[in-house]
Amino acid sequence: MKTLFDKIWDSHVVTAERAANPATLYIDLHLIHEVTSPQAFTVLRERELKVRRPDRTLATIDHSTPTLKDPDGEPLYVNEQARTQVATLLSNAAEHGIETHGWDSAHRGVVHVMGPELGAVQPGMTIVCGDSHTSTHGAFGAIAFGIGTTQVGHVLATQCLLMRKPKTMAIELSGELAEGVTPKDVILAIIAEIGIGGGTGYALEYRGDVFTQMGMSGRMTVCNMSIEAGARCGLIAPDDTTFEYLRGRPHAPSDDNGDFDAVVEGWRELRTDDGATFDKVVRMDASKIRPMATYGTHPGMAAPIDAIIPTSTNDADAKALDYMQVKAGQTMANQTVNRVFVGSCTNGRLEDMRAAANVLSGRQVAKGVRMIVVPGSEMVKAEAEAEGLDAIIIAAGAEWREPGCSMCIAMNGDKAAPGELVVSTSNRNFAGRQGPGARTVLASPETAAASAVAGVVTSVAGLGS
Amino acid sequence: MSNAPLTTLTSRTVVLPAENIDTDQIIPARFLSVTSRDGLGPHAFNDWRWNEDGSPTDHLLNTPEAQASKILVGGHNFGCGSSREHAPWALTDYGFRVVISSEIADIFRSNAVKNGLLPIVIDKGAHRWLLDHPGADVTVDLKNREVRLPGNGGTYTFDVDDFSRHCLIEGVDELGYLDGQAGAIAAYEEARTK
Ligand code: SF4
Repeated sequence: MKTLFDKIWDSHVVTAERAANPATLYIDLHLIHEVTSPQAFTVLRERELKVRRPDRTLATIDHSTPTLKDPDGEPLYVNEQARTQVATLLSNAAEHGIETHGWDSAHRGVVHVMGPELGAVQPGMTIVCGDSHTSTHGAFGAIAFGIGTTQVGHVLATQCLLMRKPKTMAIELSGELAEGVTPKDVILAIIAEIGIGGGTGYALEYRGDVFTQMGMSGRMTVCNMSIEAGARCGLIAPDDTTFEYLRGRPHAPSDDNGDFDAVVEGWRELRTDDGATFDKVVRMDASKIRPMATYGTHPGMAAPIDAIIPTSTNDADAKALDYMQVKAGQTMANQTVNRVFVGSCTNGRLEDMRAAANVLSGRQVAKGVRMIVVPGSEMVKAEAEAEGLDAIIIAAGAEWREPGCSMCIAMNGDKAAPGELVVSTSNRNFAGRQGPGARTVLASPETAAASAVAGVVTSVAGLGS
Repeated sequence: MSNAPLTTLTSRTVVLPAENIDTDQIIPARFLSVTSRDGLGPHAFNDWRWNEDGSPTDHLLNTPEAQASKILVGGHNFGCGSSREHAPWALTDYGFRVVISSEIADIFRSNAVKNGLLPIVIDKGAHRWLLDHPGADVTVDLKNREVRLPGNGGTYTFDVDDFSRHCLIEGVDELGYLDGQAGAIAAYEEARTK
């Protein structure tokens, strides 16, 4: 009897792990982007190595790309270094024959949004990318984790990675979610429960009806933030929701020759056997989860929006509250908001754009609040515009931008000013993440939009009708 | 690329006691748009060390003593957050060869080893001692997996897996090792396509 993680891991071992060496693990899909790949290609060049499997590699540009263009449609780079980095990715990928989604592609986007959209991410795969939020793809029942640039070089050259097998942890949620509670709230509640180091050394499997009832977008939101609990990866067993999402996508097994359903039959085996044991099991009651917001400078410092901020028990937490300019005994509700960011690989999919537009519809962004909405990919942008979401968002007084990572990492020029409070749908609220001195509050797209309207941190329920 | 071999070294420590020092602090994202591995040392802990106008702060890391140090002692859960390898590049370019803490984040640890930076997770008591004695002359002995504290500080062993230890001591890297398995990799691919 095996867990889902064990099944996938075992079928990808090229050379077994021993005390003296880690396992050599075969990688099915390697996603690359401009920030963590240039130095890896340099190593390849120095050693006169080739990319072993360009057909298992997929490239895009997202981190350094601006979300504004000039009137001629030219991207407005923050500086020459960013422009060079993008150009370097494009030329490296072209030189090695890698499928690349640059400015001219309808599939360009945040790497963890566009990979699934293309159907390149499939159940049972091993997937890596030089980016910690690669854990997103675990939503498809895959082992997916972030790697460093040296390892990007390893995978480019050998399609393999050296790794020791992590332990497994089940996160089991029972009960139903309350009205207005979103996948983002679920994962923030999980991280608050187990802590930012709670998943260190483990692969997480999210189990229970709450997850099987979620769409793929919500599952990706959950798996995306596994890394914020310290886990390299988190996964959810694939089911009909997964298979139907993939059907007909460009890189998915083709339906034309009747292949797809045959492949699906194989994918159905990808589940934890009854009676298989995990190294650790965490059980939580889903019905207790409320709309969440972070109040400190790491994602584990999260609580229901109207809950009292706890008294710090250590210096680090006390410093975090100082940085956030909040005090124990207060709540995050009603803290004044300067900026709102909806986007990122956590909440930059069509469902997230809909959620934000739904709240903004017929309302106005409060005076003094600047809100930007950044679709996760060109596809998300096109689909949202086809539904008229952009018009709703713009009518409410928010900005509708070009796809990219944007204010999630603030390396493309999109950032907040020192001291500004940002309600953000991204995944990290570290000091300075959204600009030096900027204060980040992580929340769902619904909460972000509601806070933009109210001008203070609030859940949708807090808006009244 | 291979790294300089690391066997035994003695150095005074630089102590950064804050808990949860994340890789955004070690190297802020705006320095990630480089296309080379070198030259990040001046930006290690950039926002702690430089004012907005580019003038240096009076942070410890700007002192000559710190800049001569090879051993960084960080607070609990060092290196959490983003997987950016720029973090160990910045630290090694600054001059560190060893990072010691009571807990070090997974990805940072694996990135560090690959770049000739030895991450040591040490006993809580020894960690406390190190935090309480900034600038102490500490010996790290990778062959014997030992950290030796001066005076009556004591000697502590640490875990490092054989493979990482081998790579660090020899200064070899993993790509050579993996490339040596080309036959097994081809056989695996072949078996899977059947
Ligand atoms: S959106 Fe943020 S977390 Fe996601 S890949 Fe981009 S920078 Fe990383």
